[in-house]
Amino acid sequence: MVARNLLFWGVCAAALAAFWGSVRSWSERQPRPMVALDVNSVQATARRVDVAFQKSWDDAGLQHAEPAPKLIVARRIALGLTGTIPSVEEIRRFESWPEDARTVLWLRETLADRRSADFIAERLARAFVGVEDGPFLLYRRRRFVSWLSDELAANRPYDRIVNQLISGNGLWTDSPATNFVTVTIPPGEEDAGPDANKLASRVARAFLGIRLDCAECHDHPFESWEQRDFQSLAAFFGQTQQTLRGIRDTAGQYTVEDRETGETKTIDCDVPYRPDLLPQRGSQRSRLAAWVTHPENRAFSREAVNRAWAMLFGRPLVDPIDNLGIDGDVSPALDILATDFVAHGYDFRRLIEVIASTEVFQQDSRLPAPAADSDVAADGPTEAHETAWAVFPLTRLRPEQVVGALLQSASLSTIDSSSHIVVRLARAIGQNEFVKRYGDTGAEEFSEQSGTIPQRLLLMNGKIVHEKTKDSLLTNAASRIAALAPDDETAVETAMLAVLTRRPDDVERARFVERLADTSGTSRRQRLGDIYWALLNSTEFAWSH
Amino acid sequence: MRNESLPVDAHARLHRRAVLKAGGLGGAAWLTSIAGLLAREEQTPNSPRAAAEPAQALIVLWLGGGPSQLETFDPHPNRKISGGTRAIPTAVPGIQLAEGLEQTAEQMQSIALVRSLVSKEGDHERGTYLVKSGYRPDPTAVHPSIGAICCHELPTGGTEIPRHISIMPNQWPGRGGFLGNEYDAFQANDPADKVPDVTSRVSEPRIRQRLADLDMLETRFRRGRSRAAGATLHRETVREARRMMTSEQLEAFDVSQEPAARLAAYGDTPFGRGCLAARRLVGVGVRCIEVNLGGWDSHANNHEVHTELKRSLDPALAALVTDLQEHELWHRTLVLVAGEFGRTPRVNRLGGRDHWTQGFSMALAGGKIRGGQAIGQTDPEGGRQVDQPKQVADVHATLLTALGIDPTNELISPAGRPLKLADGEPIGELLVS
Repeated sequence: MVARNLLFWGVCAAALAAFWGSVRSWSERQPRPMVALDVNSVQATARRVDVAFQKSWDDAGLQHAEPAPKLIVARRIALGLTGTIPSVEEIRRFESWPEDARTVLWLRETLADRRSADFIAERLARAFVGVEDGPFLLYRRRRFVSWLSDELAANRPYDRIVNQLISGNGLWTDSPATNFVTVTIPPGEEDAGPDANKLASRVARAFLGIRLDCAECHDHPFESWEQRDFQSLAAFFGQTQQTLRGIRDTAGQYTVEDRETGETKTIDCDVPYRPDLLPQRGSQRSRLAAWVTHPENRAFSREAVNRAWAMLFGRPLVDPIDNLGIDGDVSPALDILATDFVAHGYDFRRLIEVIASTEVFQQDSRLPAPAADSDVAADGPTEAHETAWAVFPLTRLRPEQVVGALLQSASLSTIDSSSHIVVRLARAIGQNEFVKRYGDTGAEEFSEQSGTIPQRLLLMNGKIVHEKTKDSLLTNAASRIAALAPDDETAVETAMLAVLTRRPDDVERARFVERLADTSGTSRRQRLGDIYWALLNSTEFAWSH
Repeated sequence: MRNESLPVDAHARLHRRAVLKAGGLGGAAWLTSIAGLLAREEQTPNSPRAAAEPAQALIVLWLGGGPSQLETFDPHPNRKISGGTRAIPTAVPGIQLAEGLEQTAEQMQSIALVRSLVSKEGDHERGTYLVKSGYRPDPTAVHPSIGAICCHELPTGGTEIPRHISIMPNQWPGRGGFLGNEYDAFQANDPADKVPDVTSRVSEPRIRQRLADLDMLETRFRRGRSRAAGATLHRETVREARRMMTSEQLEAFDVSQEPAARLAAYGDTPFGRGCLAARRLVGVGVRCIEVNLGGWDSHANNHEVHTELKRSLDPALAALVTDLQEHELWHRTLVLVAGEFGRTPRVNRLGGRDHWTQGFSMALAGGKIRGGQAIGQTDPEGGRQVDQPKQVADVHATLLTALGIDPTNELISPAGRPLKLADGEPIGELLVS
C-alpha cells in the first residue's frame, strides 16, 4: 500500500515537474506583452456591473445565487477560454494557492496560456469569416485563425485588429487579415472579386451587432434600415479588387442594378448612422474602418462586450448576439462594460478579466437552499432567474468543448501546447473526428440548441469514449487511477476531479466506493472505467453550470 | 435580458415539450415491433382510400458533385454537345435516357423527369444548400432541408429510430437549420456495416450498472435546479438513445435479411444496399432517407466517370421503383433523384464538363407522381435558353404538396421573418390529381 501510494504521488509530481519546466521554457521563449493589468481597476468595474445587476434583481423582486465553489468557477473559465477543463495536475496546483487569490491567479494563468488565444481566435473567426472553405486559392482560413491568435496572444487592441480586417491590403498569405475580404470571393467565379454585399453584411453583424441583411433586397420590415443604408455601406467595398499584389482598392464608382427597374444606379459611400464620425480623408475602406472603430461608435464596443460575455457564459448578454440594434436600451451592464472597454484602449484580455471577475459570473447555478418556511419553489431557479442572470445559466457545451473536456479528463497531466507532439496530434485528430460526428455548430454557435440523440449515442457507445475509458494503463486516467490510487476513496475523488472538477458528495462517494470495494487488477480498472463512463454521460459534464 | 423573443426557438422548444408531454417518452405506445408495422403495411392495399392519402415518406437519391444531365436524364444524341453520348429508348415512347440507364428506362412509366431546372448557385456547397432546402444560402437563417421539414410537419407515429437519415453522407447531409439540430439527418454508413454508435461496447449487466450510476448522478445534479436541469432534456435524450439502441426497428438497416436475389437486383454496391435499406426504413415509418452516391464532379473524363457511376445508379433506382411497388409502399413514398446542379454542354479540353445551372435535370417517382413524362427542354445546341424553366423551390413545393403539407405554410426565421416551407409553385403536371 505504501509503495502504491508513493508511486501515485510520484507520477503526479513528475507530471507537475515536467509541466513547470515547460511553463518556464515557454515564458522564456515568449516574452509576455507588457500590458499592465490594474487589479483594482478591473475589480472596480466588475463591482459596478454587479451593482447594476443587483438593482435589476431588486427591482424585479428576484432572489439571486450565492458564490459558486471556486473549482466550478475555474472549470467555467477553462471551458470558456480554452475549450477544455482543468486537469488533476492543475487542480492540485490551484488548491495549493491561497484561497482568496485562486480565481484571480487561475484567470491570469489561463489568459496567458496560448490555448486561450487559439480558442478565442477560433470563436472570433466564426463571426468574422464563418466556417466555410471559401475560394480555394485565394483564401486560407487556418492562416487567418493563426494570425488572429497571434494578435490576441500579443494582446493587440481589439479596434486595431478590426481595423486591419476592414482596411487591410496585400496578399492573403502574407497579410492574413485580408482573408476577411477574400473569403467573400465566390468560389468558381474568382474574376468577380470580393462581394461588397457580403462584406457589408459581415461588418454590420460581426462588428456592430446590427442585421442589415434584410435591407439588401428591400427596406427592413421591422427596423429603420433602408435598402439605401445597406447599399451605401456596401459601396465602401465597391472598389476593392483582388489583384496580383493581393487585395487593393482601385478607382471607379460603385454601381448596383435596381431589382425592379433594371436600371443601373451609382451609389456613394455612406454610413447608416452617426455620419459625423466618418473621416473625410483616406481610402474608402480605411474611412469605414475608422468609423466602425471610433470610440463614440457605441455599437462597436457593445458588440465586442456581448461576444466576450457569450464566450464566458455560453450565452450572449443580449440575445441574439448579432442583433443588438444601435439605440436600444439593452442592459446597463453592457454599457458599463463597453465604456470600460473603450476607456482601456479596447484591451480584450482586460474585458474578459472584468467579466470573469464579476459576482454574476462567479455565482452558483442554484439558488440558496430555501428555509423551511420559505415559499421559494423547490424546483430551483426559474426561467426568469436565468434570463435576468440571477443565477449562472445552464448552457450546453459546444462540440469542441465536449471533446476537449473528454480528452483532458482521460489524462491526469495537462494537455497543452507543451504536451508531446504525439499527444497533441492525437488530440487534434480525435477532436476533428468527434466534432464531425457530433455536429459542428458552425458560425451561429451561441444560439440555443438542444442535445440530440446521435450526440448521446456517440458519448454512450462511440469510439472515442470507449478508447478513453477502456482498460489501458498507458493512455487512460481511469486505469491509472484504479491501479495507483492508494485507496478506494482517493480513486473516486480523483476520478470526480478529473471529469467533473469537484469532489463527490456523500451519496456519490458511498456508491462509487462500493463499486470499487474488494476489486483489484483488471476488474478494478474496468469498474473505474464504468464510473468514468457514467460521469462522462452526465448532464453535469455536457452542460456548463 | 432578451432583445426580442425568438419565435422559432420557442416553437421548436414547445414542439419538443409537446412531444414529451404527449407521452412519447412515458407510455409504451411506441413499442410496436417491426413485425407489427410490417404486418400493418400488408393490410393497406392500394385501395382507393390509400391512393387518395398523401405520401408519407421521401427518399432522396443524392448524386453529389453534380451529375451531367446529358449523360443521365436529358441526352441530346448526335448533337455536338452530346460529346458522343448515345441515347436509348424507354418504356415511354418519345422519352429517351442516356445509355447506361437501361434498367431505369424500363421503369420510365413510373418516373417523371424535370429537364429544365435553373439556379444561380454554381458552387458545390451553395448548390447543395439550395437543392436540399429550396432556399439560397442567406446569412440571416440556416434553412432546414426538406427532410427536416417532413419530420417537423408530419407526426412521429410509432417510429423509435431517427426519422431523418442520411446514408453514406458527404460533408453536407440534410440538416435541421433553424428548426433545431434535433432535425439533422442521422448519419449512417453502408448498410453492410453496423449502424454507428448504437451498439454498446460492454456487456448488458455492465450497461445496466453504468446507467444506474448515471441515474444517481443525475438525481444529485438536479437537487436545487430541477427545473433548469429538466429543461436540458438530457435525461430524456439518454433514454431515447437507449430506446433506439434496443429498438427492433434498427433491423431495417440490416439488408442481409433480404433475399439474395433482391439484394442482387439493387446491385450489391454500397449505393444499392443504401437504396434497399431506404425501402426498409420507409417500412418502419422513417420520413426522409437520403442515399448518397458521390463522385459526379467530372471536370475531367466526364464520360468515364458517368459510365462508372451509372453502374451503381441504374440497377438501384430501377429496383427501388419495382420493390416499393411490390411492397405496396409505392403509394406512400416519394423518390427524388437529384444533385446540386448539372454540367456544361461544352466538353472541356480534359474531356470533362464543368458546373452548369442553366438547365439541369431531376427525376421524381412515387405513387403521387405522374410518371412517364418529361417536363421542360434544354437547348440541343447548348445555349442558356430553357423551355419551361423551373426553380428548385418549385420541386420542393411539388414534393411537399404530394406529402400533404401546404408549401405556403410559414415558419418564423430567427431574424423574425416569416418564411414559406417552400417558396415556389407546385408543378401541377407532376402530381396525380
